Amino acid sequence: MEVFGVPSQALFGQLLIGLINGSFYALLSLGLAIIFGLLRIINFAHGAQYMFGAFVAYLLLNKAGIGYWWALLLAPLGVGAVGAAAERFMISRLYRIDHLYSLMLTFGLGLIVQGVFLSEYGSSGQPYPMPTQLAGGHNLGFMFLPNYRVWVIGLSIAVCLSAWFLIERTRLGGYLRAATENPTLVQAFGINVPRLLTLTYGAGAGLAALAGVMAAPIYQVGPLMGTEMIIVVFAVVVIGGMGSIMGSILAGFGLGVVEGLTKVFYPEAASTVVFMMMALVILVRPNGLFGTRS
Amino acid sequence: MNTMTLRLAKPLTLRRIQAAAFAAMIAFFAIAPLFIYPVYLMKVMCFALFACAFNLLIGFCGLLSFGHAMFFGVAGYATAHAAKVWGLTPELAVLFGMACAGALGFGTGLLAIRRQGIYFAMITLALAQMVYFFVLQAPFTGGENGLQAVPRGRLFGLVDLNQPAALYAFVFAIFVAGFFAVWRIVHSPFGQVLKAIRENEPRAISLGYEVNRHKLLAFVLSATLAGAAGSAKVLVFQLAALPDAHWSMSGEVVLMTLLGGLGTLLGPVVGAAVIVMMHNYLAHLDAWVMTIQGVIFAVCVLAFRRGLIGEFSHRIGRPL
Repeated sequence: MEVFGVPSQALFGQLLIGLINGSFYALLSLGLAIIFGLLRIINFAHGAQYMFGAFVAYLLLNKAGIGYWWALLLAPLGVGAVGAAAERFMISRLYRIDHLYSLMLTFGLGLIVQGVFLSEYGSSGQPYPMPTQLAGGHNLGFMFLPNYRVWVIGLSIAVCLSAWFLIERTRLGGYLRAATENPTLVQAFGINVPRLLTLTYGAGAGLAALAGVMAAPIYQVGPLMGTEMIIVVFAVVVIGGMGSIMGSILAGFGLGVVEGLTKVFYPEAASTVVFMMMALVILVRPNGLFGTRS
Repeated sequence: MNTMTLRLAKPLTLRRIQAAAFAAMIAFFAIAPLFIYPVYLMKVMCFALFACAFNLLIGFCGLLSFGHAMFFGVAGYATAHAAKVWGLTPELAVLFGMACAGALGFGTGLLAIRRQGIYFAMITLALAQMVYFFVLQAPFTGGENGLQAVPRGRLFGLVDLNQPAALYAFVFAIFVAGFFAVWRIVHSPFGQVLKAIRENEPRAISLGYEVNRHKLLAFVLSATLAGAAGSAKVLVFQLAALPDAHWSMSGEVVLMTLLGGLGTLLGPVVGAAVIVMMHNYLAHLDAWVMTIQGVIFAVCVLAFRRGLIGEFSHRIGRPL
């Protein structure tokens, strides 16, 4: 069977890989957007936190025998706690000065984490086994569909939608959005805004770690897995615009698919297509497809 | 009458101190090869010029580019190609490298200046990553191997740059010319407008300045000077390779400038010297160097924002 002169197996296979990558882009850009929404900083350590999450899962398995499902819970909590501490003791000191400094600080924090894992484990990746419950897959006739990949896409969509619901439709989300608009006034109503900021940063870091654990069985667990990923995610964020949560989710999945399709039809451009899309979007809509703020 | 002379005298001494500091720096690089390994010094000068070029944007225009490695790297590849494949003389090869970096700066600058602040940083980083993938895949860059055994050639067809002294003089000349170009740009009316944009962009717009045109020109100038640094480095090491275009190189130049002092003229030179020295002495620590760099970033941002030279010039109350 062929579609547009391409074997359907290859087309749907790449489409699936595109959706998988899109799941990670969406989760990571969601975390960036949540942090940016409240703290007004770009978290350059996001890639390192994603890698950190994957490594926590790897270490839990190899040092303590704790498997994938617990790692899915423990790694985000652990990395989130580290992130919250970093916000409380370092990043929070920089809110009053130019945001470029917090960008440099988070970049430096990312380097620290990366350097530690790089010197302990070298730059090559470590394999992480797939959870047995999700091994195997289904043959759909036109393609083979591994169970784990379905799980990743499903979980990513579920997490993204719950985050959206939490922020846009609940009371806690209301505080968050209010604190974005006018922190002083929200504080005057008796809400502890600095703690809200700390928790938000921790939640963003935790989301990155969650994506890392989900990625561990698919990609290998390596110290450099986060940086290449996060640069693409920055491009995704510029394309989507950081004003809206839903925008960053849609842009993440959409660009993953675009990247997958490029791999089928013009493989040479697969690694650069997201950046080219970014350049195009900057020219046409400088604020991003879903962005409202200038 | 007395107050009058005092008022006039202050800017004069101010300039004199600055001039003395610059003269000391130039004298240092002129005499140092007698005592210090020249290749190491040339490396410092290349990175110092790179950092000065970067500082032109962040220090004097408030634009943080996180993709400056693309200019450094692409100019290096262009120079290597011109010298090796076309057999151009080194001065023409360097000029070609600078022209390529400048052209790339024009293209990427047009895109990047459409956004400000952290978006500008993200866009330049993403564009640099695109350029990195291009360099990785393009047929004429040698992929993972890079372009090796780049001939240094004869300067103006006369002086053989394989002589260490001639090569040192050539790199020294590029560095000094680049440094003074930055100094001249910063103190020109154009540089004053850049500072106005850094301090208060809406006000600069309301005063009638074409802010975007100024930013773009600053970006192209910075890219071209970064290109000069990348080209010189390729002639020194006879190698154009991927690390020069990698995002970590972009991070490195941010670190050098931050450590030396954002917005100071001498700071980037000092910062580059310290970081290059650190790489040399701590090479045996391998990946811990990355952690150490991260720690320097954090310490500088949290406790030492003026940087080495910035702190010093703040103490003596004179800009350097």
